[in-house]
Amino acid sequence: MKIILIGHGMVGHKFLESLAATGIEHAQVTVLCEEPRAAYDRVHLSEFFSGRSAEALSLVEAGFFERTGFSLRLATRAASIDRRGNTVTTVDGQVLPYDKLVIAAGSNPFVPQVPGRDRAHCHVYRTIEDLEGMQLSGSKSQTGVVVGGGLLGLECAKALRDMGLQTHVVEFAPRLMAVQVDEAGGRVLQAKIEELGVQVHTGRNTLEITDGARGRHRMVFADGSHLEADMIVFSAGIRPRDELARQSQLAVGPRGGIAIDSTCRTSDPDIYAIGECAAWNEQTFGLVAPGYDMARVAARHIADDADASFVGADMSTKLKLMGVDVASIGDAHGRTAGSRSYQYLDERRQVYKKIVVSPDGQQLLGAVLIGDAAEYGTLLQMALNGIKLPAEPEFLILPSSDGKAQPGLGVDALPDSAQICSCNDVSKGRINAAVGEGACTIAEMKACTKAGATCGGCVPLVTQIMKLEMAKRGMAVNNHVCEHFPYSRQEIYHLVRVGDIRSFDELLARHGQGLGCDICKPVAASVFASCWNEFVLKKDLAALQDSNDYYLGNIQKDGSYSVVPRMPGGEVTPDGLIAVGQVAKKYGLYTKVTGGQRVDLFGARVEQLPLIWEELIAAGFESGHAYGKSLRTVKSCVGSTWCRYGVGDSVGLAVELENRYKGLRSPHKIKFGVSGCTRECAEAQGKDIGIIATDKGWNLYICGNGGMKPRHAELFATDLDKAQLIQLIDRVLMFYVRTADRLQRTSTWRENLEGGLDYLKDVLLHDSLGLNAELEAQMQHVADTYQCEWKTAVTDPAVRRRFRSFVNSDKADEHVVFVEERGQIRPARPEERVPAMAEGI
Amino acid sequence: MNTATANYTAVCEIDDILPGTGVCALVEGRHVAVFRVGQSDFHAIDNVDPKSGASVLSRGLVGNLGDRLVVASPLYKNHFDLRTGECLEMPELSVATHGVRIEGQRVLVALGG
Repeated sequence: MKIILIGHGMVGHKFLESLAATGIEHAQVTVLCEEPRAAYDRVHLSEFFSGRSAEALSLVEAGFFERTGFSLRLATRAASIDRRGNTVTTVDGQVLPYDKLVIAAGSNPFVPQVPGRDRAHCHVYRTIEDLEGMQLSGSKSQTGVVVGGGLLGLECAKALRDMGLQTHVVEFAPRLMAVQVDEAGGRVLQAKIEELGVQVHTGRNTLEITDGARGRHRMVFADGSHLEADMIVFSAGIRPRDELARQSQLAVGPRGGIAIDSTCRTSDPDIYAIGECAAWNEQTFGLVAPGYDMARVAARHIADDADASFVGADMSTKLKLMGVDVASIGDAHGRTAGSRSYQYLDERRQVYKKIVVSPDGQQLLGAVLIGDAAEYGTLLQMALNGIKLPAEPEFLILPSSDGKAQPGLGVDALPDSAQICSCNDVSKGRINAAVGEGACTIAEMKACTKAGATCGGCVPLVTQIMKLEMAKRGMAVNNHVCEHFPYSRQEIYHLVRVGDIRSFDELLARHGQGLGCDICKPVAASVFASCWNEFVLKKDLAALQDSNDYYLGNIQKDGSYSVVPRMPGGEVTPDGLIAVGQVAKKYGLYTKVTGGQRVDLFGARVEQLPLIWEELIAAGFESGHAYGKSLRTVKSCVGSTWCRYGVGDSVGLAVELENRYKGLRSPHKIKFGVSGCTRECAEAQGKDIGIIATDKGWNLYICGNGGMKPRHAELFATDLDKAQLIQLIDRVLMFYVRTADRLQRTSTWRENLEGGLDYLKDVLLHDSLGLNAELEAQMQHVADTYQCEWKTAVTDPAVRRRFRSFVNSDKADEHVVFVEERGQIRPARPEERVPAMAEGI
Repeated sequence: MNTATANYTAVCEIDDILPGTGVCALVEGRHVAVFRVGQSDFHAIDNVDPKSGASVLSRGLVGNLGDRLVVASPLYKNHFDLRTGECLEMPELSVATHGVRIEGQRVLVALGG
C-alpha cells in the first residue's frame, strides 16, 4: 500500500509512530515536509530562546526512518492533489501516486489585516525559522510587542522577555486568555503577568502600524492611544491550512478546516485529515492532544482497524505561563443552563479558583485555576468521569485550614477506563496493569506506560493510583531513597546515629549496595553533618557533596558561582558594606540584594572563590551557607530599636538566632523571620520558623513557606521569653531534621505528619515521647561545633588546591563569558557567547 | 582503538583526584572531565554539559544506576554514562569519551580514546 503524508509536524509524526506501531506490512510511506527540518516539539518552542537547540526539540527518535523504511522528503511542499488519478504533485513537479493520503498540514498563524503589518521586524510565531528571525530582531531591539493575549501569545511574550526586551502584550478582547479563562481569572492572570515585568494592554484594537518616534514602530489603537516598540510579533490565533483540500474540492467546515468523520476520513474515503487542519463536527482543535488522538485513529483505520474512532476532545488545559499556573476545565464560563459556581479569590497571593457545578450540585462541569493549579488533576477526573461531588464542593478549592484535610479525589472511585495521562492516552487500568508487571516507581511507570512522561501534569495522580494499587496487591509502598539503600531518609538517619557511622563507605558496606548516586550521597552528607557536624570537605566527605556544598557557593547556569557573606539578621556596618562592595568591584562580580536581606555576589569562577573568601573573611564575614540545605537567613525588621511601632528587639533576636543555627544541615533549606510587632514587616509567617513580638513576649510560628507552594506558618506557642523560645526552636528543628524525608520542606513535613499540629505540640511542648532533652542536647552539639566552612577551606592547602578550573592549567574557563547589562555583568546568552569568546571579553 | 598510536598527555597525579570525584583537564584545548571511581578506576568524558553549554560535568556526583557508571550534571542532574558518554535521560545530548591511562602515579589522557 502506498501512503502519502502531507506535513511532518507533531501530529504528522505521531501518525507515523502510530502507523509503525500497528505493525502494518508492505506499506510504502512517503512524507512531504515543507519545512527544512523534521518534526519538532512546537509545544516547547519557547525553550529555543532559553538555549534549547533545534536538534534538542526534534521529535524524531534516532534511526526512526531507517527502522521503519518510511521516506521523508524535507523542504518539499505538496502543490496539488489529483483525486481522480490518486496522485499528489509537489512544487518541483514530481507526481507521486497514493492509495491512502493523509493531510496533516497544520495551520497558519493568523495576522489581522492591519496596515503596516508587513514592515520589517514584524513577525509571526510558528516555526523555528520564525524564531530565528525574532532572535535577529530581538538583538537589535529594546522593546517588543506581542499582538494576542491567548495561550501562544503569552508563551511568545515570555520569549521576548527572556531575550531581555521590555515586553508588552496587546489583546483585542477585554481580558487575557478569553477562551479559557473568565473575567476574574483574567484579572488575576494579568496582575501576575504584569508582576513579571510584562505590560498588558487589553481591549485594544490596532488600526495601523507606522513609524515610531522613539521605537521603530508605532501601533495606533482605535481609542486614540498608541504604543511604540522596536519589534512586533503577531500571535493572534491560527487558521487551518485547508487550501489543498479546497483546490481539490474536498468538503470543508463552515468555519474552515477539512471536514472529517469519526474515522478521520475526509469526503474522499482515500483521504484522511488530522490535527489542526481538520474539522470534526464543524470544530477545529488547536491543542496537540486531540491531534494525537486523530493521528492514532487514522493510523489504526488505515491498518484496517474498523473500531478506531475519534470522539471529540476534552479541551481542558493546564500550563505554566512564565511560571504562573493556568488551568481551565470543561465549562469554565458556566454556560450550562442553571449551573452554579463557587469562587475563591486571594488577592494577596494572587490566586483565583472557580468551579462550576451542575444545577443539582452533584457533578463538576468546569473549573478555572489561576496562580495555583494543584487541584487540576483531581478536578479534571471528577469532571471527566462524572464522579459525585461531596456535599460541600467549595472545599475542593478552599485552602485547607488546620487539621481539616481537603476532600481529595478517592482514586478508588475512578473507573479503570479513566484517562489519567491525556498526552499519552494512559488509563487508570493501564497503570494498574503496569504495577502488576512490576512498575513500582514513577520512573519505571513512565518508562513502561509513558504516563506522565510528556507534560508531567498527571504525575501526582499517577503516583496516587500506583501506590493504591501496590497497597491492594499487598506490596510494600516503597519510600527508599534510591536503589542503593532499601531505607527512607529517616531510617538512614537512625542507622547512622545508632550505629555511630561516620563515612559513606561504612554506611554502604553495612546497609547499602553499589557505589551510591546523586540522590543518596547528598542525603548521607546531610545526615552526617546533622549528627556529627564535621567539616564537609574533609577527605571522606568531600565526594558526597553536591557541587554547591563542594565549592561552598551557589552554582549558576554558566558554571560560575555566587557567594553570599553572612549578615546575621540583615544587619551590616557601613565598613562591612564597603568591604563587600570593594571585593565585588575587584573581581568584577554582579551584586544583588536578595529576598533574604543578604548581598549576593555573582559570577565567580572556581579558582577565584578562595581569593574572594579570604578578603571577605579578613573584613569580618563568614560563609552565609546560601549554597546548602541548611539555615539560610533570619530576616528581620528594625524592631523596637528604631521603629515607632516595634515592641520587641527583632534585630537583636534575629542576630542571636542566626548565630545559633548557622551551618545546621537539614533535609531542605530553612529560613527564619523575626518581626518586631504584628505589622509583620519581616514576613515571618511565610518562613519555616517565624517569630513575632507582642507586648507579652515572643509568639512562635512554624512550618510556613514562601517559594513555589506558599503555606502560612501556624502559631505554635505564645508569650515566650527568649530562653523558652530558643529551647522550642531547638526541639522543632531537630525533630524535623531527624524525621523529614529527603528534600522535604518543613511545610510538607508538617502536612504529612499524622496527627498534625496537635501531635507536634504533644511531642515538643508536653514531651510525650520523652525526646526533648536529647533533641536540645543534639542541637547544642551542632551549635558548639560550628566552624566557618570558607575559613577552614582556605586555610587547608589540600582543600584549597581543589579550587581550580583545570587540574593541569591555571587558565580561566573560557566558557564563562559575561556581557554588560545595566552597568553590571550577566552571563552571555548562547547567541552572544560565540562573538564574545572570539573578542576575548 | 589502538592505544599505542594515541596521543596520551599527562594531566595530573593520581592523588590530585579524590576517590569518587572528578577534575577538569585541558587537553589540546579541550575540556576533559577525568573521574576516579573508587581508588583506581579512571574514566574520561567531555566536561561541557551539552544541555547548558557550561563546562561542569567534572563537578557532578559520581555513582551507579544499575549497571551503568554515571556522573550527574550539577546543573540539571542529567546522568552521563562514564563508559560510553551517553546521556541517560536525553540520548541526543550524549558526550564524547576519552582514553585514560595510569603510569606510575601519573594520570594520562588521550582525546577520543
